[in-house]
Amino acid sequence: MYDFAFSKPTNVADAVKLLGDPDAKPISGGQTLIPVLKQRLNKPTTVVDLTKLGLSGITVTATTVTIGATTTHVTVATSADVAKAIPALAHLASHIGDRAVRYRGTIGGSLANNDPTADYPSAALALGATIKTDRRSIAADDYFQGMFTTALEPGEIITAVEFPIPEKAAYVKFPNPASRYAMVGVFVAKGPKGVRVAVTGAGQNGVFRHTAFETALAANFSAGALAGLATPADGMNADIHGSAAYRAHLVDVIAKRAVAAAG
Amino acid sequence: MNAPFEGIGASVRRKEDLRFISGNGHYTDDINRPGQLHAVIKRSDRPHAKILSIDTAAAQAAPGVVAVFTGADTAGLGSIPCGWQIHNKDGSPMAEPRHPVLAEGFVRHVGDPIAVVIADTKQHAKDAAELLAIDLEELPAVATVTAATAPGAYLVHEGAAGNLCYDWHLGDKAATEAAFASAAKIVKLDLENNRLIPNAMEPRAALGDFDASSGDYTLYTTSQNPHVIRLLMGAFVLGLPEHRLRVVAPDVGGGFGSKIYHYAEEAIVTWAAGKLKRPVKWTADRSESFMSDAHGRDHVSTAELALDAQGKFLGLKVHTLANMGAYLSTFATAVPTYLYATLLAGTYTTPVIYVEVKAVFTNTVPVDAYRGAGRPEATFLLERLVDVAAQETGLDRVEIRRKNFIPRDAFPYQTPVALQYDSGDYFATLDAALKTADWAGFPARRAAAAAKGKLRGIGISTYLEACGIAPSKVVGSLGARAGLYEVANIRVHPTGSVTVFTGTHSHGQGHETTMAQLVTDQLGVPFSQVDVVHGDTSKIPFGMGTYGSRSLAVGGSAMVKAMDKIILKGRKIAAHLLEADIDDIEFKDGKFTVAGTDRAKTFGEIALTAYVPHNYPIEELEPGLDETAFYDPKNFTYPGGCHICEVEIDPDTGVTKVINFTAVDDVGRVVNPMIVEGQVQGGVAQGIGQALLENAVYDENGQLLSGSFMDYTMPRADNLPNFSVATENTMCTHNPLGSKGCGEVGAIGSPPAVINAVVDALRDYGVRHINMPASPEKLWSIINAGRPAMAAE
Repeated sequence: MYDFAFSKPTNVADAVKLLGDPDAKPISGGQTLIPVLKQRLNKPTTVVDLTKLGLSGITVTATTVTIGATTTHVTVATSADVAKAIPALAHLASHIGDRAVRYRGTIGGSLANNDPTADYPSAALALGATIKTDRRSIAADDYFQGMFTTALEPGEIITAVEFPIPEKAAYVKFPNPASRYAMVGVFVAKGPKGVRVAVTGAGQNGVFRHTAFETALAANFSAGALAGLATPADGMNADIHGSAAYRAHLVDVIAKRAVAAAG
Repeated sequence: MNAPFEGIGASVRRKEDLRFISGNGHYTDDINRPGQLHAVIKRSDRPHAKILSIDTAAAQAAPGVVAVFTGADTAGLGSIPCGWQIHNKDGSPMAEPRHPVLAEGFVRHVGDPIAVVIADTKQHAKDAAELLAIDLEELPAVATVTAATAPGAYLVHEGAAGNLCYDWHLGDKAATEAAFASAAKIVKLDLENNRLIPNAMEPRAALGDFDASSGDYTLYTTSQNPHVIRLLMGAFVLGLPEHRLRVVAPDVGGGFGSKIYHYAEEAIVTWAAGKLKRPVKWTADRSESFMSDAHGRDHVSTAELALDAQGKFLGLKVHTLANMGAYLSTFATAVPTYLYATLLAGTYTTPVIYVEVKAVFTNTVPVDAYRGAGRPEATFLLERLVDVAAQETGLDRVEIRRKNFIPRDAFPYQTPVALQYDSGDYFATLDAALKTADWAGFPARRAAAAAKGKLRGIGISTYLEACGIAPSKVVGSLGARAGLYEVANIRVHPTGSVTVFTGTHSHGQGHETTMAQLVTDQLGVPFSQVDVVHGDTSKIPFGMGTYGSRSLAVGGSAMVKAMDKIILKGRKIAAHLLEADIDDIEFKDGKFTVAGTDRAKTFGEIALTAYVPHNYPIEELEPGLDETAFYDPKNFTYPGGCHICEVEIDPDTGVTKVINFTAVDDVGRVVNPMIVEGQVQGGVAQGIGQALLENAVYDENGQLLSGSFMDYTMPRADNLPNFSVATENTMCTHNPLGSKGCGEVGAIGSPPAVINAVVDALRDYGVRHINMPASPEKLWSIINAGRPAMAAE
């Protein structure tokens, strides 16, 4: 990696100020940024560590689960409160990367990066989460804007993510055999915001809502309701692990499994 | 209290493991020399290009930079040599283009080294490498053997017409054609053996050191064979005599073949250390390993089997295109010839075989031996072909094999492709594997899986391999430019403890344990009193290193021969001390005894006497107890066995799960059953990896698409079943241990067992063959094409 300055602010205002430098980079768990730096694909002036901003922790109310931005995946995966309120979310967190990744990686980092094969964006979108930042609240539907692209302004910091508690939900992932990122991941939820289906890994533009499935499931929340609904291959990713047609097919299969898992 | 049994046959725990698992291993990159500099290699990102210019001025001027070298600086060095010369059908030698340490005029694959930047820190060297201004004119590239041999294909090397390295053959063509003319049935199969990237856990590293006072060079390197590197680099590339060059291969974290070869970086750091009078270290990044470690396999073949009406094999014809990559690596040329074509009789009595092999240059990383080296390619071809023959003749897969096995009483057995097998019992390994795997009970398991919506298949492979390489005279006559004996020095210390100096090298195999067990067994010295030293040309008399499962069969045999000398000398000393005739002195259980009496001297007493020769036959016998033996094997060794794999495929996703894997191997005498089991498990893991997961993919322009672990699928624990591993051994008849070798059997026997199981699982879909890896998409496509009616469920 190239040389850079390193800063570890202890309040959000200082962090935002440091990130006013357009070539500064925020770091939380570093599970994406560090490999990028090691490969010299990015040359930040300053790396701003967000983990001492007091943004870790989980709060559960009768209707919401709010997870602080720097809460690690392992914390979410092992939280009894999350497991009770939104078991699908704990399950998702327990299958991100490997054990080492889960001890370092954070929900805010995952959502800010919006890797098209990351797991958390599907949960945020399907559950209709609200992304809270240092300056505003953003609905998930407005937040994800294509792969590695979000509604965040330069220097804007995610502080927490608020998930409405659904009636039922499930996440099923078909991992890429090499990277183990989601080749197709489907999060289905039935809750206060209706039936929502979000697909990660498969689409060229990152996570997306599968409206055809949502319509069918709104009428009849069962795997059988999806029979005969074939996801079109247009807009799907293609690489050495799978063609667009294969990914489209996997979306169908994994969505049915997710609905079945949601019960 | 009796001491625990620690000789041949004991599953002694590996003495080296505590060092490895507690972070105390001592690897090449752990070594630092005073005043050390760091080298970074600037590599080509183009598959094929002409170098128009290289401007090093900015890099030279960058902070911390001591030197920048390009091909212009190293053009006076020798070519990186190929160790095995193959001759064409017409008797002419193979095309052997110059392999420069740094590119000279052209780059020929992604990863080809163009320049080296040497600086006070690695960081500075990396920074400066980015300042190199390299002007390349891109040229057309060929990535596959098919593209490279197409009419009008652009040449990788101007001197290699048609991109051919050689056009070679083996066997009796006329007799084979006659057998095909008389056949009742001919089965033909086109198949590919996928290209693999070895990915040893420890990336390659090299540290060159120069002592200005003595003029001596030292190279620390991640090698499986330091003496071979000293020979290749010293004699062929740098022009350094052996006594001026020491090569040390300390702890090495896995090799699988990829660390046999002499690589450019070793020559660069050694040469630069002499030039700069300072130590120079290079350590590969993982991404560098992907594009600079020799790859494995990459064959495209057509195979034809002629059978009589009863299913007896009458003849075999094979045509193979083997990818050499852009340059010839050390053993590359031998792999698709003498380690492949000679294996095509397998376990069968096929009377006539004719094999044609064309080795082809492409704009890819050089390809060389990878765990199994040629034998996995032969085994995959043969065991797939036999399964297809069973399918197309209607014979049972097991029965067609039994019908064609070399009978138990036919050994020594001369094959039509040069090898003479000394021993084996393919019926014994087959029967044991069928029983362990409950082959007979499979239909019920298939039905149970079908009830759950899964496709279950079972596959078998009855393989043979040749290892323990090799008789020097034989390999010399076949083009090897070295002998393949092994060397052991047994040093008995005055108090009776023993240090073994072996020319083999352990990079995960557990030699420090297995070889100590040989000493405990033969000399009766306690296991804890034996140390094994390897990997340093200044300590070990000589050696050819570790590959081809040769360390025990050849290196262990050298130890036995050296220990025979120790015992003979000990008997002479004992005869003197006990005032007896040497013919009456027996050595047993660590004691020299006058036969038929209780008069004895312990091994320790004899050792002490040898070094404190107060009462000693000094007129006839030198003091000391230190013996060396060179052992040249009389033949290859021939492990074989039966692997059975059972898989379940999810028809909705195409994902294959290996449910059971049974390996029953004949590896000859087993010294440490636990280590053998571990070796077989590791080999099978790599075989399953090749069959289901691993694939080195180049696009048609020669860019490596699977250049990191994000895209290259390594097998992981959750891809693997619990293995059932056992041995049914016949002894090697021509070495003193009876051992055959176990390092590669797993990787050789398993891939066809896996693919045969996958094809069996898909038998209702009209599948005849599936090339490796049997990836989920590939299988789903087959399943999907076979069930249009079900698509609208």
